[in-house]
Amino acid sequence: MKALRNLLDKQKPLFAEGGKYGKFHYLFEAAETFMFVPAHTAPAKGVQVRDAIDLKRYMMTVVIAILPTLFFGMWNVGHQHYLATGEQADFLTKFLLGAKLTLPIVIVAYTAGGIVEVIFAIMRKHAINEGFLVTGILIPLIMPVTIPLWQVALATVFAVLLAKEVFGGTGMNVLNVAMTARAFLYFAYPTEISGNIWTYLPEGSKTVDGYSGATALSILNEASAAAVDAQSGALKALEASWYPDLFSFKSMFLGTIPGCIGETSTLMCLIGAAILIATGVGNWKIIFSVFAGAWVMGLLLNVLASSGIGNAFMGVPAHYHLVMGGLAFGAVYMATDPVSASQTETGKWFYGALIGIFTVLIRVFNPAYPEGIMLAVLLMNVFAPLIDFFVVDANKKRRLKRATV
Amino acid sequence: MSKTVKLNRGLDIKLVGKAEKRIAESPQPDTFAIRTADFIGLKRSKSLVNEGDIVKAGTPLFYDKKNEKIKFPSPVSGEVVEVLRGEKRKLLQIKILADKKIEYLEFPKYSASQIESLSRESVLDALTTSGVWINFIQRPFAIVANPNDTPKHIFISAFDSSPLAPDYSFIFQGEESYFLTGLNVLKKLTPGKVHLNIKGDAESSSAVEKATGIQVNKFYGPHPAGNVGIQIHHISPINKGDTVWTLTPYGVIQIGKLFAEGRYDASKIVALAGSEVKSPAYYRTYTGANIKNIVANNIKGTNVRYISGNVLTGEKIAADGYLGFYHNMITVIPEGNYSEFLGWITPDPKKYSFHKAFGLFSFLSPNKEYVLDTNLHGEERPFVQTGAMEKVLPMDIYPVLLLKAILANDYDGMEALGIYEVAEEDFALCEFIDVSKNDIQAMIREGINMIQQS
Repeated sequence: MKALRNLLDKQKPLFAEGGKYGKFHYLFEAAETFMFVPAHTAPAKGVQVRDAIDLKRYMMTVVIAILPTLFFGMWNVGHQHYLATGEQADFLTKFLLGAKLTLPIVIVAYTAGGIVEVIFAIMRKHAINEGFLVTGILIPLIMPVTIPLWQVALATVFAVLLAKEVFGGTGMNVLNVAMTARAFLYFAYPTEISGNIWTYLPEGSKTVDGYSGATALSILNEASAAAVDAQSGALKALEASWYPDLFSFKSMFLGTIPGCIGETSTLMCLIGAAILIATGVGNWKIIFSVFAGAWVMGLLLNVLASSGIGNAFMGVPAHYHLVMGGLAFGAVYMATDPVSASQTETGKWFYGALIGIFTVLIRVFNPAYPEGIMLAVLLMNVFAPLIDFFVVDANKKRRLKRATV
Repeated sequence: MSKTVKLNRGLDIKLVGKAEKRIAESPQPDTFAIRTADFIGLKRSKSLVNEGDIVKAGTPLFYDKKNEKIKFPSPVSGEVVEVLRGEKRKLLQIKILADKKIEYLEFPKYSASQIESLSRESVLDALTTSGVWINFIQRPFAIVANPNDTPKHIFISAFDSSPLAPDYSFIFQGEESYFLTGLNVLKKLTPGKVHLNIKGDAESSSAVEKATGIQVNKFYGPHPAGNVGIQIHHISPINKGDTVWTLTPYGVIQIGKLFAEGRYDASKIVALAGSEVKSPAYYRTYTGANIKNIVANNIKGTNVRYISGNVLTGEKIAADGYLGFYHNMITVIPEGNYSEFLGWITPDPKKYSFHKAFGLFSFLSPNKEYVLDTNLHGEERPFVQTGAMEKVLPMDIYPVLLLKAILANDYDGMEALGIYEVAEEDFALCEFIDVSKNDIQAMIREGINMIQQS
């Protein structure tokens, strides 16, 4: 490693201020610090020893926790393709097809976002931040595999620019960057991100009889619009899909269903959650309360449905809400974003629970948006400071009460 | 009513190199220095001595122009060899070449019954004239107390919970009677109580048992349980407009010696600790000692950092630097000036982390002692992580929000979020565990300065 160190030391003056490539100082620094933890020592006054962790490690732990969903997603992309075409394929074939389709999206997202990051770092004269390590992998995972690459690039640039950099960069953003990318596409190019676009079917490919690319949520949405019996009609519509057991609870839990690349498998999300919680990076209170909020809201709607009120979607068993769509993915990787989530520990309970509640409400009552978690997270991102305000205000009041002056 | 407080939040950083409980011999340092920078809040100091002057232990070296009653005395007798000044002739340090045998300036002596009958004014007068006054630290702001104030209470933390901290029961043994005399003096100064805060799971010393008229509180839990700021927060929190005074047991003993013996006695036992010390032990010396003789031939390498004080709140000094006024220990640890290939991601059981994301299995060996160096292990970043600092700050305070209020110059926010209750040392663990590597103690001081001047 000494040779590499020497090489870097040799190039360093070129990238220093006033050097030939002085403008790219932060780009060089990012590469250098990625390879070598710098020799910075604690200042003369203050804490003389420091914890071994840094933000790179912290963010990398999140990336590691995301990997199960990425790998499963790659396989599922292939699996869904061969399911729709009715062809037989082994595990590796499915995985490789998925990888071939997914990796370009990952690369485009990292490159597009990375360029924006670098430009801002150079403009603002600050170090390139590690936050993008996570955003860059989250964006591809909440996209359908059929998404045009230019849209991925556009959404990433939009999200990094408008959801993060205008606020001052990582640590200052109000909205979850990855969710903003998806919301952008949702409203700007709805045809590519909603409807029957979830399965990779290249032009000219044949599908099995009765094939439909709809997701569980859109089937339920249609069922409720068609005024099916509130008690069990919606569930029957779900069971009667073109492939046996496609939308059974088990399939939805395992993730062998059509959907965005990384968000179909609740099981993989739970593995990710376990990694995040074990390493202390993800907040368990938020993850738990999103699930709890959604489940309780689902139960409440079940009760209403059983008394004959409302639409068919309300009758879907509450636990189905936890495995359908992107709820698990959103709860584990999006809601726990430490910057845009509630900052106080008490606030995190409310923040998570409200995301769960709103997700189910949007799913059930909003015919335009079959998926609720995206909007719920963004909505609560905006309200997180308000939740914190009330929590902190209570603390301030306690202090004020004791005061004598 | 005594209180028992159990703290769950905090962190004991276990380091290699705890001082062995023995007094090691070393030649007494030749020079001693009093640095103005040790006294936070002291802005305008005026020297009372010139180079070449002969002083005794207790002779005032300089005073505070803001409050001329506050004098800073010489710890030893000898010749003033240097009056070091900085920009705009600001006084930085006064160095004294010590006599072989220390001579003391004589102050009046008092018997126990005389102390009983002394008025508050005469006690204050004795404390300020002799210079022992600078042991009084005022909260809020953690600065040298103003003798014109009347404190709500006086707090003494009788234990130090910081890493490698000297054992108070060892360094203050044999001084119990002075400690009791000191406590009796303190009782005169406040209409409230004198709170003596002791470690819950340690044997209480005879001095604590004999003390009367004071409140003894027990504290259980990890560091920073020994920080007086944390103790105040749990016993009688500071509000806007309140003033409390705090002292270390060393200060109480020094006051006791002044009243019982009539002298300003700056002798102290200091611990020499840390992984780079060959045989860590205790040494007998005086406040402001030059550490050269103490560390001589006892250090393992050359690339080391000498710290006056502990690793959390101490200050880097040179190998022939001087012990800080309020410090009871010298810590020597390896300097971390190396760059490490992929150090941020490669697992390394030698490194220590509070966060499980780095030391996932460190909980399996909770008593393992670590060798930590001064490497920052990363670069400065904006605040990203939430909820971690709360785990090491046992106060009803939102640390990150307070820090953000300081960064935003939000005076009302700082006040409401508890700036009056904190000092740098209380946030030292937050600085240690901070993933974003901010200099949090410096930020806190900046906030305190801002609110003090507002």
